[in-house]
Amino acid sequence: MTSNPLRDARDRRIPRVAGPCALVLFGVTGDLATKKLLPAIYDLANRGLLPPGFSLVGFARRDWQDEDFERLTHDAVKAHARTPFRETVWRQVAEGVKFVPGEFADDEAFDRLAGCLAQLDVDRGTGGNYAFYLSVPPKAFPQVVSQLKRSGLSTPPETAGGSRPWRRVVIEKPFGHDLASAKELNAILSAVFPESSVFRIDHYLGKETVQNILALRFANTLFEPIWNRGYVDHVQITMAEDIGIGGRAGYYDGIGAARDVIQNHLLQLMALTAMEEPVSFEADALRMEKEKVLSAIQIPEDLAVGTARGQYSSGWQGGIEVRGFLEEDGIAPDSITETYAALRLEVDTRRWAGVPFYLRTGKRLPSRMTEIALMFQRAPHLPFARTDTEELGQNALVIRVQPDEGITVRFGSKVPGSAMEVRDVNMDFAYGESFTESSPEAYERLLLDVLIGDPPLFPRQREVELSWRILDPIEDYWAGHGKPEQYPAGTAGPVGADAMIARDGRAWRRL
Amino acid sequence: MMIDLTDTTTRAIHDALTRARDQMGGPTTGMVLNLIIMTDESAQYDAVRAATQAGREHPCRVLGVIARDPNAESRLDAEIRTGEGAPGQTILLRMYGPMGLHADSVVLPLLVPDTPVVTWWPRGGPATPSGSPLGLLAQRRVTDAASSGAPARTLEALAEGYRPGDTDLSWTRATPWRSLLAATLDQPHGEISGGSVSAEPRNPTADLLAAWLTSRLGQPFTRDESPGPGITEVRFATSDGDITITRPDGRMATLSRPDQPDRRVALHRRDTTELLAEELRRLNPDEVYGETLAGLASGAGR
Repeated sequence: MTSNPLRDARDRRIPRVAGPCALVLFGVTGDLATKKLLPAIYDLANRGLLPPGFSLVGFARRDWQDEDFERLTHDAVKAHARTPFRETVWRQVAEGVKFVPGEFADDEAFDRLAGCLAQLDVDRGTGGNYAFYLSVPPKAFPQVVSQLKRSGLSTPPETAGGSRPWRRVVIEKPFGHDLASAKELNAILSAVFPESSVFRIDHYLGKETVQNILALRFANTLFEPIWNRGYVDHVQITMAEDIGIGGRAGYYDGIGAARDVIQNHLLQLMALTAMEEPVSFEADALRMEKEKVLSAIQIPEDLAVGTARGQYSSGWQGGIEVRGFLEEDGIAPDSITETYAALRLEVDTRRWAGVPFYLRTGKRLPSRMTEIALMFQRAPHLPFARTDTEELGQNALVIRVQPDEGITVRFGSKVPGSAMEVRDVNMDFAYGESFTESSPEAYERLLLDVLIGDPPLFPRQREVELSWRILDPIEDYWAGHGKPEQYPAGTAGPVGADAMIARDGRAWRRL
Repeated sequence: MMIDLTDTTTRAIHDALTRARDQMGGPTTGMVLNLIIMTDESAQYDAVRAATQAGREHPCRVLGVIARDPNAESRLDAEIRTGEGAPGQTILLRMYGPMGLHADSVVLPLLVPDTPVVTWWPRGGPATPSGSPLGLLAQRRVTDAASSGAPARTLEALAEGYRPGDTDLSWTRATPWRSLLAATLDQPHGEISGGSVSAEPRNPTADLLAAWLTSRLGQPFTRDESPGPGITEVRFATSDGDITITRPDGRMATLSRPDQPDRRVALHRRDTTELLAEELRRLNPDEVYGETLAGLASGAGR
């Protein structure tokens, strides 16, 4: 197709808009669909980023009509959308809402789905472009994917005009539970969809602050010169949650904190922090740098001292008395699934040799926060009396990913007064408020990228496999060596994690 | 916190700002720009409100310059608002007497240093925005031709005095339309031989839109009149038949293409806050606006 004369690289006001298409959602009643996906679709429409005629098809094992799914969508939008509710926008979305009831094993249901989509092409001009969002447990993937193949939905037809419609599949974590299962899952997907049509969602990569890591590092001259072993003492990457496992026992038991969070979110954050400068922000260039650094990550030689894990026991979290993990509904009393995991990793590159990266994540910790903290070395010489700098810690650059998105720089400053006394102070930057209409939610950005077909923010299969290569030996070690340590809910994790970092003469940042 | 200073000086305003910061522990949000609003008493309230709301996306120091009786004695009254439910600060400056002619001498000392400046005239505004002292020091000069008595003539004057960095809210209003039109032509279509833009008679946004289409597509787009509200239809005449986007009610648009089903899409008219927030998102010169304005002045889209 020839280029569009109405588009001009200098014209920054015109946003990228998806072309005609339909989104098919499997697993419409899940938390993710009602809290994130459906509201995100409305918000995209409200910002004028969805094409006219955009259609949303729900598929689930419910005896529902279109109207029932429309009501579910309406309620989800009312409750969770970030942009104001506008009747016209809702009408635009609602007109394209369809529902196909059926089981994943039911051939006829998928034939009905194919019929429904073909009808949408005729009625609403979706042009044969379909994205399939599998918001279902991974064990259902094989069935859904083979049904998509059988019903012919996975392969777009050749058209006379030469422009072939697209078919894309979107999957959520977990991408397997170890390297073998990740490969198996990929084999199932790649038998039906080419790698370029598979979009793996890691919603952290859709967050503004995470994309800002790239801007911070590669658009400035201030940070890059010190972004290496010459100045950085160590890096702490933390994702702390204050909640327990809630109703997710079925999913969580046997998975645990490391597989649930470290394998995807924390290793992705680590890759963006540690990678070299990509030659461009094209998907391939960016993913290549991430893969390079992931392949350079080394796990501790002695896993007994370089890792820590724990389970929350009953206690008080945020003024509420809560149960321990082993007492949660659906959890076996002898479960060895960890709810807290900490690792000490190193990166074998010239930039990072000898700089430990400490990763930790846990549930029922004192507060909810995700951050990347670069802790800098102390000044080699301090021309002050020792007592003057007793309260001076390490300089730090902290990227706050959630909930209070922004950047903090910590440095020493003189305490006003007649004595020379130096103490840590913080300098803070937040770009606007993260919960205003203006800043798109991570899922909005990612859904739009799927519909446009823009892949830089989606990890490739190779990244997934490299992450499992890091985690597998640790999981194996844990499985064969005793039980997770207990830590009372509302505290900052097990004693073993503190001991792990203390052995290096360092300490965790306070949560 | 609100601070009223009557018959004051910029030094006293500065001191009051510093004191307010000390007392409140300082805002945690860095300010990313200065927004100067050139207004009068009657338009002041709505303009400042829109600016404060846009400030949620772009934390800024808002400086509202309000000219009062020019025949009075020179006097400066200031009203400072900070920490009132929005990040940033708002300072209303009421200038009496000859001081009104030297507003820049009051505003300059009050700008956040080394931070971009945007000047906005919510009503009217000078024919040559960059010619006014407070336009000169801004990266971005925002006028609103639609608020003037004769929008078409205002656009002509703006075209004459155009300098990179000028922009007009009637161009900003065109963004949702332009976005939809660009997306429409992303899809395969026949060869375009021209078309039309229909809107109410006095609608500078429609004039700019027709000029933009004419200059980008190199084909004539006429500017037709309709009862409104706003822009009601854009039509491309193509070798396969007409592609039209019609919006009779100012809310919901219908896209019709040859041999394809009609598609509906919400296309609402935006309020000033949204327009301003878009305007503040980018501070580099809008070259496409400049070209469109020049095209309009030279007769495109009539």
